Amino acid sequence: MTASASMAAADNEPEFDNPDIVGAHARIAAGKALIWAASILFVAALLVQTLYAAGAIGFGFATWRPILYAYALWGIALGVGQVMARGEAGLRALFVLPAALFTLAVAIFPTLFGFYIASLDWNLAALGGPHFNDFDNFVQMFHDPYYWNALANMVFYVVMVLAEYAIAFGLALLLNAEIRARKFFRVAFLIPFMLSPVAVSWMIGKSLMEYRFGPLARLARDFGWQTPAFFAYPWTARFTIEALDAWMWIPFMVILLLAGLQAMSKEVIEAAKVDGASPWQAFWKVTFPLMLPVSITTLLIRIIFKLKLADIVITVTGGGPGGATDTVSSFIYRVYRDRSNVGYGTALAMFYLILIILFLMLLLRIAKRFTRNVV
Amino acid sequence: MAVTADLDDSFAQPGNTQRAKIVVGRVLVYGALIIWAIVCLFPIYWTVTTSFKSAIDVTHGHLVPWLDFIPNWKGWGSLGLSPDTIFQISTPRHEFIGRFENSIFISIGASLLALLLGSLAAYGLSRFQYKFGPMKNDDILFFFISQLILPPVVLALPFLVLYKELALLDTRIGLIFVYTLTVLPIVVWIMRDQFNTIPVELDEAALVDGLSIWGVFFRIILPITLPGLVAAFILSLVLTWNEYFFASLLTASDAKTLPVMVASQTGSQGINWWSMAALSAAAIAPLVIVGIFLERYIVKGLSTGAVK
Repeated sequence: MTASASMAAADNEPEFDNPDIVGAHARIAAGKALIWAASILFVAALLVQTLYAAGAIGFGFATWRPILYAYALWGIALGVGQVMARGEAGLRALFVLPAALFTLAVAIFPTLFGFYIASLDWNLAALGGPHFNDFDNFVQMFHDPYYWNALANMVFYVVMVLAEYAIAFGLALLLNAEIRARKFFRVAFLIPFMLSPVAVSWMIGKSLMEYRFGPLARLARDFGWQTPAFFAYPWTARFTIEALDAWMWIPFMVILLLAGLQAMSKEVIEAAKVDGASPWQAFWKVTFPLMLPVSITTLLIRIIFKLKLADIVITVTGGGPGGATDTVSSFIYRVYRDRSNVGYGTALAMFYLILIILFLMLLLRIAKRFTRNVV
Repeated sequence: MAVTADLDDSFAQPGNTQRAKIVVGRVLVYGALIIWAIVCLFPIYWTVTTSFKSAIDVTHGHLVPWLDFIPNWKGWGSLGLSPDTIFQISTPRHEFIGRFENSIFISIGASLLALLLGSLAAYGLSRFQYKFGPMKNDDILFFFISQLILPPVVLALPFLVLYKELALLDTRIGLIFVYTLTVLPIVVWIMRDQFNTIPVELDEAALVDGLSIWGVFFRIILPITLPGLVAAFILSLVLTWNEYFFASLLTASDAKTLPVMVASQTGSQGINWWSMAALSAAAIAPLVIVGIFLERYIVKGLSTGAVK
């Protein structure tokens, strides 16, 4: 608590050329006192409620909600105290403080809490409540073929980002060419990104691809695929889910790549043309290398979102057939929905989080090397 | 003479092939553009037309209204939104409007909260030097933006447990907090980029004129970055309106959002195509309209940071 009070302390210490030095000192002392008082109040409320929940004392709140209010109050007191104690620097700290306190409460604390839950045997449907189980969850995880299957599927989905990227790059080049009705095409290409994955699941997954009457199934029959069951076999199902996800996210990549293309100076391409380069050569020798930084940003963001893929899998296939389309998220969703097993589900999620962080750190390192070599 | 004729030929020949090449190129370009536009728009066309079909039109695969089939209001009627049912009491409509309200309230609330928290933090990080323990500005920025990689599944179950204790399950405000968190990194990213493009001299001039740093922010800087704010807001709106994962886990009845309603209808087998189509069409309509009219802002929001 005192550590966050020192945020932004680097800048200006309170100015002592203030003529009203005694008043300033009183203000600083009051500010510090306010922060301390609020901190003590918050810790006291937390303590009382913890003891009450543990059954050690007879009084407390019915829910933990008042602790949330105490936290909000403490945040406000911290802000006010900062301004009083540190003047200008406190006013500056006030810009970052709300977002920092919010993230602390809503992201950092739940994540840490998640690591705690992950070590518990906790079934919400069971009466017993949580109890510590010596990391049995992680042992169980290593023997869970469905979890590793879901991780393997994630590898497939992430690799397919490269195919999405190739298509998106092509579309961005088309939009960047001199064409009529550019506005229309830009809006049309953007639309899939605006749609709710759940609605798309029905619109495409359940109706366009419906085995008997779906237009896509009819089309497939016309092309000679007599049994167009898009979700019946593992590999077709996997590719179909990937296609659905690609359909929704390619617009996003197109927009980023198009922005990159438009920021590129036209003269470079013209110069390449004058030098007698064919369009093919001009693309590979000039456009593509210049676009590399934008491409890497695009790919990274797309991979981050790909790693969250869940909605369409849950609503279209439910992970089937036989787990062939499962993503880690959709699998954990089912672990919770079917078995109410909070402890095990969280353990799986936490392990996944660690894998993601390692993977993205590796990607960032590779990306850095790539851009350094080219530019 | 022979020389000039030769010359003419040698000029005319490449000219013709050149032109042919250009024509072929045009055809290919527009062909590809039109094919992808159809890929993008056909599912929407299909959904909207299907919501006006009856069973026989679906099974026969009729596609074009009035030519192939006679549109009717059955699908919309089942939602209570057709002309003949709009003034009658309708349970599905009541439920639909409730979900719709929840979605609007939650997505707008979360986007506004994220915009407030995010733009404040972004402005601070673009203008002042902070130090928090070993963390400097870049680290604090990375701290905010790195929240983007947190998959919903990591937070979902802890939230479920915590919200149960906090009595925030199935409440709008509970979902607003979660959604704010999911879009905050994006808002910080977009807005810092926006503030960085405004010269610091402007702030300094305003400070000299006697405004406080908060006065500078609200009276001078924010109005200038209005387009950026709108872009960040709309992008947040898109992401929060469509969110399904948290909504399905953290709501039960009161705060259920539109995607959860759509998903629960999809799950039940044997539901009428036309009513499902009407429901899907109604669920996507607001954002399709936003996409058509505010495309500029979405593009601006998305492409921030991609180009340096």
